[in-house]
Amino acid sequence: MNGRIFSVVGGMFLLTVCSKGNQSNAAPVAPPPAPAAAADIATAGGTITGKIKFTGTAPRNPAIDMSEEAACKAKYPTTPTEENVVSGPANALANVFVYVKSGVPAGQTFTAPTTPVVLDQNGCRYHPHVLGIMVGQPLEIQNSDPVLHNIKAIAKANRPFNVSQPGAGMKTSRTFSAPEVMVNLECNVHGWMHAYAGVRSDPFFAVSKPDGSFTISGLPPGTFTIEAWHEKFGTQTATVTIAGTESKTANFTFAAH
Amino acid sequence: MEAEDVGSERGGQVMAVGRLGGWAVGLAILLTAEPTNRLTAQDTTAGKHVYQKWCAGCHGDNGAGDGPAAKHMIPPPRDFTGAIYQIRSTPSGQLPTDADLLRSIDEGLFGTAMPGWKSRLSDRQRRDVLAYIKTFSSFFTDTTQRPQPIAFGSAPGGGGAEALKVGRQLYDSIGCRKCHGDQGRGDGPSAPTLKDDAGHPIFATNLHENWRFNGGGTVEDIYHRLRTGLDGTPMPSFSDLLENKFLTDEQLWRVAQYVRSLSPKETPVVRDVLHAPLAKRLPHSPDDSAWTAVDVYWFPLVGQIVHKQRWFAPAVTGVWVKAVHTADSIALRVVWDDRSESPDTAWLGHIGRVLASLDTDDSTREQPAPWPDQLAVQFPVTIPSGMERPYFLMGSASAPVYQWRWSSSSRSAAVAGLARGIDRFDPLPGGAPGAQAVYDHGQWRVVFTRALASADTASQFPFRSGRAIPVAFFASDGSNGEHGTRMAISTWYFLALDEPVPARVFISPVLAMVLTLGLGMLVVWRAQQKTSYRKGRQ
Repeated sequence: MNGRIFSVVGGMFLLTVCSKGNQSNAAPVAPPPAPAAAADIATAGGTITGKIKFTGTAPRNPAIDMSEEAACKAKYPTTPTEENVVSGPANALANVFVYVKSGVPAGQTFTAPTTPVVLDQNGCRYHPHVLGIMVGQPLEIQNSDPVLHNIKAIAKANRPFNVSQPGAGMKTSRTFSAPEVMVNLECNVHGWMHAYAGVRSDPFFAVSKPDGSFTISGLPPGTFTIEAWHEKFGTQTATVTIAGTESKTANFTFAAH
Repeated sequence: MEAEDVGSERGGQVMAVGRLGGWAVGLAILLTAEPTNRLTAQDTTAGKHVYQKWCAGCHGDNGAGDGPAAKHMIPPPRDFTGAIYQIRSTPSGQLPTDADLLRSIDEGLFGTAMPGWKSRLSDRQRRDVLAYIKTFSSFFTDTTQRPQPIAFGSAPGGGGAEALKVGRQLYDSIGCRKCHGDQGRGDGPSAPTLKDDAGHPIFATNLHENWRFNGGGTVEDIYHRLRTGLDGTPMPSFSDLLENKFLTDEQLWRVAQYVRSLSPKETPVVRDVLHAPLAKRLPHSPDDSAWTAVDVYWFPLVGQIVHKQRWFAPAVTGVWVKAVHTADSIALRVVWDDRSESPDTAWLGHIGRVLASLDTDDSTREQPAPWPDQLAVQFPVTIPSGMERPYFLMGSASAPVYQWRWSSSSRSAAVAGLARGIDRFDPLPGGAPGAQAVYDHGQWRVVFTRALASADTASQFPFRSGRAIPVAFFASDGSNGEHGTRMAISTWYFLALDEPVPARVFISPVLAMVLTLGLGMLVVWRAQQKTSYRKGRQ
């Protein structure tokens, strides 16, 4: 399922730096939103890459009892689990939202892509589990399950919403009006369903892949505070100074607890 | 009509039009033509004064829903700082209109601790406080956040049996039953997991009690809630279904009509005297067909807040009671809605959230446990001769009460005993009443049976016809964390064992009428005789 994160996030990178196509590791399980069209507006800039790891033993993701939803349960060969901590080889940590918390010049504005970020409800889980989206960019919520889902956004800086999708094929589009890390998305019919949306007014964000890697591109010169957010392990920050089109590294290590 | 945007006016305007009718306020708004929800430069001092006096106790000085009383409430008071409101005329996520907010202030929110203020505060005060409440959130001054009410339309005709059948099918197909349950009693499979935005426990509404629906219990109210959702709660908006052509507007109205049909036509009226007619045969089973002909009585229950541990969040809202008696026995059928067949481990998480949300009377916080559901029916030990009755809350050491106690952990056995205060119960050996119980889709139905007389006249209450017998009810929902003194209670009511009406009651009035008529006719006849005699002489 992580492929979709990469396709979505990768698509947004392409909007800023077409030459640094970020899709090589993405193995999309569903058609990605067409990102290439906006490539013309991309400008070159600095890049921050890094790897995210954790120390200690990751907590076990709880098994999900889907006995009430046969249609969802049938989509899994074994008992599905929650995705609180998704890790890769060598304690690589996926689903970390990495973004520029401060340092982007205050006066600089960025146009939100019209390409939607897709949030799919499939097998009574959200795909992707963590996503980044720009203020004003459409979030397209779709239901691939033949069951009732409600999608509730719990937000402070943004208005909340709570809409229902009782059948497969339903689509709902919503936008956010203010930056907020994170907006919580949940389904109340299925208490285990959680997703997190990092809403930013600039395009300088990424979600770490299963190998823990992330790339933020197209940065203007300057000194930035980078924050890495994980739903269970909290946040960490780093300071990175970028000059010209150079590439800097910022690695983060969380402590599992 | 109600004014749409009363809070957008300046204080002076409110003062000027405050004493006029609603139409004048509306007119004034039309004339001022101000954008909705503008609060800039509005004088909210008067509103602050009203707020601090009447609202801050629950909603907190800073509007964060954290007043001193908040920790005794489920659902908790509204946190105004997020400007998230359940009862609106606007789409999910939008701000409410001023008319929406004023309606909640005026009428209160049924089924919660929020009372209506229409009769307690003046029009001016309510509008002032409305304006002040809006200052707690910057969303109301954000010009991009203008609420736009949904054009709801009106209910389509033909709300008969066929429409209800359609509504029922849609109730299933769009998933209402997931939370509200197969029969609508708030007992669906997802019900135990429900939380509001702040993580407080929240019940799926029992759709059989429309008088407790937050936003009102009419078909229109229900339809509006389906369209808007209840923001901050798990209840979503179903408006997108219309946009996606998943449902037609008429179909959504059918859902509302079906939901309305689950509640009684009229809000139940509390009657003080529970009549038990004389029956030939005693029905022992809760679902015996003999019960259908018997009149039902509604007795509301409230939280036990007299003794520690007090309980402010009872789950059982009332009991529906029927009673019959034969020449020698009595049967009492008590029915109440309960979302869970306790003890049920699926509700442990809910219990934990309930206990965490409420302040306890002491510093210890109890661990959730799978407690059973319980019911107690209470009588005095003897029928009082005057107006004096034992203390309603389980008697006292000097004046005990006679009780039947039933628990879902041994559902076909009840215990009789004497309660000497809320924390002392002494079972009576050999005096257990018969008990049969059924749990069915969010409802308990329990029948108690006992002989009218008992050899142990000293403690086993003797039932007698022709006397008003005090009776009271107590219920606990174990899956809501209720046990011990945490329960729902009633006050004293009366049970009357009706005697068959003797034949003379019917015959005497007829005899009296015939006699009166006969005498009257005799008088008239005599008078006519006299008149004709006089006429003859003239």
